Amino acid sequence: MALAQNEVLEGLAEIVVEETGIDAADVQLDKSFTDDLDIDSLSMMTIVTLAEEKFDVRIPDEEVKNLVTVGDAVTYIVNAQA
Amino acid sequence: MTTLNVRRGPEYTRILGLGVARGENAVPNDDLIEPINSSDEWIQKMTGIVTRVRANEDTSVIDLSERAARDAIAQAGLEPSQIEAVILSTISYPHITPGGAPVLADRLGATPAAAFDISAACAGYCYGIGQGDALVRSGAAKYVLVIGAEKLSDFVDPADRSISYLLGDAAGAVVIGASDTPGIGPTVWGSEGAGADLIRQTSSWLDVRDVPGTAFPTLRQEGPSVFKWASFKMPKIALEAIEAAGVTPDDIDVFIPHQANIRIIDQMVKQIGLPKHVVVAKDIVDSGNTSAASIPLATERVLRDGVAKSGDLALQIGFGAGLVYAAQVVVLP
Repeated sequence: MALAQNEVLEGLAEIVVEETGIDAADVQLDKSFTDDLDIDSLSMMTIVTLAEEKFDVRIPDEEVKNLVTVGDAVTYIVNAQA
Repeated sequence: MTTLNVRRGPEYTRILGLGVARGENAVPNDDLIEPINSSDEWIQKMTGIVTRVRANEDTSVIDLSERAARDAIAQAGLEPSQIEAVILSTISYPHITPGGAPVLADRLGATPAAAFDISAACAGYCYGIGQGDALVRSGAAKYVLVIGAEKLSDFVDPADRSISYLLGDAAGAVVIGASDTPGIGPTVWGSEGAGADLIRQTSSWLDVRDVPGTAFPTLRQEGPSVFKWASFKMPKIALEAIEAAGVTPDDIDVFIPHQANIRIIDQMVKQIGLPKHVVVAKDIVDSGNTSAASIPLATERVLRDGVAKSGDLALQIGFGAGLVYAAQVVVLP
């Protein structure tokens, strides 16, 4: 069953915290992965891969550059589940 | 009806000797950062590399191969004339033909050994081990010399931010022969040609000839995509190699992956679920990414540092341009 936006955000935040060690409270929809959370391209790929497994969705490599904010990723995952 | 004779070889093989040759110069990050507008800190964070070994201008792939091979043959307690097959794995020998292996065999005094090159990039050493093991067990050759050798500095673009700054020059060689006990586990190998563009040379040799303004080809990669493939798909291949060898991750003493990037190595360790006692080879820090040479180099390093010893079980896996991959569990020489 497709998860709601807040459930996806919560799950994604767990992954981001695990990968980067940053505070879960900082993982908000409007935060930029690069500029606000200081996540580099390789950590981003790890987050994307773990999100694919967790939410059972496929995020093509060429889409990753479009996932600028946490909200972009959450929206992509919610739509991909639908 | 006339029937043909067939040869049969010994049941088991092992690595009898190992030799390496690193490029003569340890090149620090600071020497490479200006054209890529980067920093020592960034390179270390993204790759783990502090220095990469690069060869002198007049040192060739064959020179590096010869140095490594002589040590491997000596450690095996053999004479070059006893080698019956030479497999040179390289993507940087600068001749389409003849191959480098016959030239190397001649220099070593290993003629008339069968001699051929293989192009399997960073998986090339493990491809060579798989072939060497099979040749000995089939009776096709009593002793096989396998070399992974690269002079990648001939194919780098100093302004390229994707791969050039990772690459180094080196050779690693082993001799494979018969053994009373199994010393080389089954090779799990394969390819994914759909990913051929992920690591590539910038243009074909025909474009260099036919298309005005085409630069000398150098290497490029789609770093994040390669990272994802290597970090998350290759652990499954490694686990298959462990299972094929009839052992478990607990039995592994040393993990010697292709030294592509320390971030890939760390993620692979996590994804495979290797126990804490397993020594993880990280020669990349000092030697950089030397493609087909990196696994034998890292093997020599763990032995020299005393963190692994002869007889230990090593899980080795190579992966790279093709895409191609190969893994096996071996007993260290």
